Amino acid sequence: MSITAALGESVSGDSAPPPRRTAQRAHLVLLGPGLIYLVLFFVVPVAALLATSLYVPVPGGDVGEYQPALHWQNYTDAIAQFWPAILRSFWFAFLATVAALVIGYPMAYAIAVRARGRKLLQGLLLVLVVAPFFTSFILRTIAWKQILADDALVVTLLHWLHLLPADERLTATPFAVVSGLTYNFLPFMVLPIFAALERLDSRLLEAGADLYASPTTTFRTVTWPLSMPGVVAGTLLVFIPAAGDYVNASLLGNNTNTAMIGQVIDARFFKVLDYPTAASLSVVLMVAILLLVGAYIRRSGTEDLL
Amino acid sequence: MTTTASALEADATGSGGAALEIERVTKAFGAFVAVDDLTLTIPSGSFFALLGPSGCGKTTTLRMVAGLEQPSAGTISIGGRDVTGTRAHQRPVNTVFQSYALFPHLTVRENVAFGLKRSRASNIPGRVADGLDLVELGHLADRKPAQLSGGQQQRVALARALVNRPALLLLDEPLGALDLKLRRQMQLELKRIQTEVGLTFVHVTHDQEEAMTMADTVAVMNHGRIEQLGAPADLYELPRTVFVANFLGQSNLVAGTVTERLTKRGLLGVDVRGTRVLVPLARAVRTDGAVLVGARPEKMRLLVGDQAPTRGENVLGPGVVTDVSFMGVSTQYQVEVPGLGTFGVFAQNLLGGATVTVGSAVRLAWAVDFTFGLDGAQARDEGTVDLDDEP
Repeated sequence: MSITAALGESVSGDSAPPPRRTAQRAHLVLLGPGLIYLVLFFVVPVAALLATSLYVPVPGGDVGEYQPALHWQNYTDAIAQFWPAILRSFWFAFLATVAALVIGYPMAYAIAVRARGRKLLQGLLLVLVVAPFFTSFILRTIAWKQILADDALVVTLLHWLHLLPADERLTATPFAVVSGLTYNFLPFMVLPIFAALERLDSRLLEAGADLYASPTTTFRTVTWPLSMPGVVAGTLLVFIPAAGDYVNASLLGNNTNTAMIGQVIDARFFKVLDYPTAASLSVVLMVAILLLVGAYIRRSGTEDLL
Repeated sequence: MTTTASALEADATGSGGAALEIERVTKAFGAFVAVDDLTLTIPSGSFFALLGPSGCGKTTTLRMVAGLEQPSAGTISIGGRDVTGTRAHQRPVNTVFQSYALFPHLTVRENVAFGLKRSRASNIPGRVADGLDLVELGHLADRKPAQLSGGQQQRVALARALVNRPALLLLDEPLGALDLKLRRQMQLELKRIQTEVGLTFVHVTHDQEEAMTMADTVAVMNHGRIEQLGAPADLYELPRTVFVANFLGQSNLVAGTVTERLTKRGLLGVDVRGTRVLVPLARAVRTDGAVLVGARPEKMRLLVGDQAPTRGENVLGPGVVTDVSFMGVSTQYQVEVPGLGTFGVFAQNLLGGATVTVGSAVRLAWAVDFTFGLDGAQARDEGTVDLDDEP
């Protein structure tokens, strides 16, 4: 609560108690709506999720009837049964993050640095980056399903060019799922990197050139390190939702070798009505992401982001 | 600051710096010609200043030498080697940028080591330490640029360029962002370092005092061309264009017509609204027709009442004192002479403050020897730039 401390400090400068109390009340009022919202829509659901993850079926009850308990074995059972999907989720999310970085960094660089000074072009390109958000995420993924379908142009062309063996297809493959994830989360990679590169002072690049650094060396020693906050933010914004995604896995994959944990949770909740397993898998996913992200931020030395 | 340039000098490759030759260089940005057919030779080991108002082409010239811009025409040679068309990182040149352009993600030490690492120099830590000692920043080596004051950042930028022992060190208004007192201090500092390391310095500035204090040779630039080039004292005492007369210090200029040529005495007689003023022939750009007669304010003195001029003095007036400013070491008078305009006169306060009050009737006298004659076709106020407007 550094904000509280800073406010209190600034007011207590002349140690006059009445205005200080007013200021404290003022920022409690300001924080109020946010706190209430978070308690209702975050703290309560997470608590409910944690509780559900330990439920046991009602003896002799119907399918989907559970009663409160502290059945920790739900976790070991869930992990034992679904660990391949958990690992696959992180692997797919990792691949999608790397792909989005490889595609997104040059895009962000082109918009922020190459198009610098040309406001109209920059604005247009940024609109193009966010344009996919104007239609639903699910609709776009369904569209990709059509594009990659067996009898559609892409597969036909790839078969004809012998880039894809005649008996192979694109949908229901890990490739399709990772591509979908990359496509869907690409703007989350581009925008933070763009923001970091936009602040990049082009005079620093001139200084690099002046100090005998070739354009490649200048990029490696000046541009890349200075864009790191954007890269870290972008990779997190892609990796976290990608690891929990189930839309791409079910629409573009839907195969046993493409099942991601999000898809499993979705199926457990809505099809099997196995709430405790779904809840414990959700908790496992949440904790795993927290640990991975924490380690990543620690390693990349950008703690200021937290 | 202490003298620690010895180590820097030790690994100098022979002579201190290299000569710079700019030959018939033109740089156009669209229809705007920033540098217009510029030819300039800067001898090795000199401290050269390019002086001019903003937009005169001095920074563009510097950027072309650094390789950050390519000339539209002409050639640039460094140490006898034609470098036109090569890129910035391929040139043996380093720049101290106006904005310093320190790398914010690197420490002071890493900033200074940057160029040495790229050129794979030997003994980098030792050379970095020497470079930081030269600018007295050894104790701040592990700080980031954001943790330094403006003056300290400026010195890091200087050390970062100097450690590479460039053939040419380019300084682009390096003191522009410093306050007046620090600027004066850094001027002397830079001059000392240049003498110590013996490199060729090319300094771009719009501050005429800075140029005169630091440089051996000053080139005054205007509209992409060099107006006049020479030692600071020569430029000041004998400006050859109205622009130089007004931009480098102040000048009192009056229009007149050449009426006689006293060849034997080496003088030119000029009629200034009915008064004859003498100009040494050698100090006149034109010897016939319309001319501008000039004299520096500190060369002029006031004649009060019927006080007579001494031999060899020109006299103008009478006029009326319209303003008296006491400036400590000197007093500045403004004298309005009907039909000729306002004259500035600086008098040293040898006997205390002002001796003449506002409203007094005075005449102006100055030695013929210090009079200069300029082309009368030039506008009288060219080059009278308000320096405070500069960025």
